[in-house]
Amino acid sequence: MKGKAWKYGDDINTDFILPGIYLELTDPKEIGKHAMEGIDPSFVGKVQPGDVIIGGRNFGLGSSREQAPIALKYSGVSAVIAESFARIFYRNAANLGLPALECPNVSKEIKTGDTVEVDIEAGKIIVNGEKELEFVPVPPFMMEILEAGGLREYIKQNRAKW
Amino acid sequence: MSTIAQKILAKHAGLEEAIPGEIVKADIDFAFMPALTAALAFHAMYDMDIKKVFDPKKVTILLDHIAPATNITNATLHKECREIAKEQNLETFYDINSGVCHQIIPENGHVYPGMLMVGADSHTCTHGAFGAFTTGIGSTDMGAAIGTGKLWFKVPETIKIQAEGSLSRRVMSKDVILNAAKQLGADGATYCALEFRGSTISEMSIGARMTLCNMAIEVGGKAGICMPDQKTFKFLEGRVKNEYTPVYSDKDAVYKKTVEIDGMHLEPQVACPHAVDNVKPVTDVAGTKINQVFIGSCTNGRLEDLQVAADILEGEKISKDVRVITTPASPEVYKAANKAGIITALMDAGAVLCNPSCSVCFGGNHGILAPGEVSLSTSNRNFRGRQGSTEAFVYLSSPATAAASALYGVITDPREV
Repeated sequence: MKGKAWKYGDDINTDFILPGIYLELTDPKEIGKHAMEGIDPSFVGKVQPGDVIIGGRNFGLGSSREQAPIALKYSGVSAVIAESFARIFYRNAANLGLPALECPNVSKEIKTGDTVEVDIEAGKIIVNGEKELEFVPVPPFMMEILEAGGLREYIKQNRAKW
Repeated sequence: MSTIAQKILAKHAGLEEAIPGEIVKADIDFAFMPALTAALAFHAMYDMDIKKVFDPKKVTILLDHIAPATNITNATLHKECREIAKEQNLETFYDINSGVCHQIIPENGHVYPGMLMVGADSHTCTHGAFGAFTTGIGSTDMGAAIGTGKLWFKVPETIKIQAEGSLSRRVMSKDVILNAAKQLGADGATYCALEFRGSTISEMSIGARMTLCNMAIEVGGKAGICMPDQKTFKFLEGRVKNEYTPVYSDKDAVYKKTVEIDGMHLEPQVACPHAVDNVKPVTDVAGTKINQVFIGSCTNGRLEDLQVAADILEGEKISKDVRVITTPASPEVYKAANKAGIITALMDAGAVLCNPSCSVCFGGNHGILAPGEVSLSTSNRNFRGRQGSTEAFVYLSSPATAAASALYGVITDPREV
């Protein structure tokens, strides 16, 4: 996956990623139209398919609303890379097949507008075709879910051993 | 040498022991969903090629965040939830007349010590107040849980919150948890369970313990747990129909760390905009002008919360510059408050009484803030934009501080009224 970086700061909470007033929506495409609206109402107008969100510490804190990573995914975001994640967001993202990758100092190493290429298997992030960053390896079990394309597909394929 | 969190997960995973960091697959005793996440959870379950929930007695849906419906979109969502509940033959279903999920679940006997429960709402950690392991999950995880009766968990380390000493007059459990949030920080307990121990906790009512556990998520916690005791068993008597076996942490259990709180000398605390860990003693922020006070939510919408507000407001009038929105957490709370004269006292003082629901807390129902307005709320989150405009400001406090502040239109130390 390859795209442009959009950088936000520490503590990007679920109300920023998808404000509560949109929780009544159930169509993922409609939810995607409001991604990041709580902190950057111009985001959906500028994000392109494949783009990557860069965060600082504790990305996704707050609500259990899966509508937050749904909004990111359906706005075109291909991965979220942050210094650390809140637990429920991290699981929700992986369950949707949206990689949430932990990378120390990423908010210092990448700026908005950089081109970011993510190689999940190699555990690497390539910035502007030159600089390489390593992310914290995805736990094997989560990797299986991501490789399946999310928990829905994983359970379909592994119903017997679940 | 296990904590209560480890023991409950081990038991439900069929293991002798559950070691922090390991991933276990565990059996779910009960699963619940508010409307706003329920439809997505069922869509996920159907996408997994599963047609029916694993046990219609162990799954429920509650219409609480927006109640009654406020527009056609959420009315349609409510309609879908009612249809799903019927189709799935769910034994229980809680419509808009029921109240906040985290109040309804214990009142109706769905929680008991030693159980493993999941809820598609981040404040599901509230129910750890009953000595259970209960945690908030997203909709796809919920789809898996209700479809298969199982879910995977990373066994958490536990942080002990040790609170000793009796709280002073008008200092409440909310002040204890806000102080803990200040000490830990908003990500201080990520992927950890919090265990509340000490004489301050033993002295607390069940409702006060629910307030503590409710906010475990605000420091990143996966669960917040109190040891069950006679108060727990008394509350559950006549509500829980099944047998249960209480579980307790071992004396030699290993903790990641201990946070100490001096209950006796604790001052009322206030979380300032726009972070739950931006906590100051009330004396530091006293005098801050406010426009709206909210008394309610799964954090502080119980009888004792309304009682303390009524004790302060009875026979008085709220400031002309402030509106007070009070929302009892459930009909049981509302009726008890009515019987005790609390509702009349609050209304006579000038408060608006709303029907049991999530109400003002999450900014999608009513009580929305305009740009530049300031709210003092007894709920659990003060993120920018949480209760309406992104240009509004939300402070969090106990019901005592909220009621005292309503009298003067500025944040006020409740010990002085």
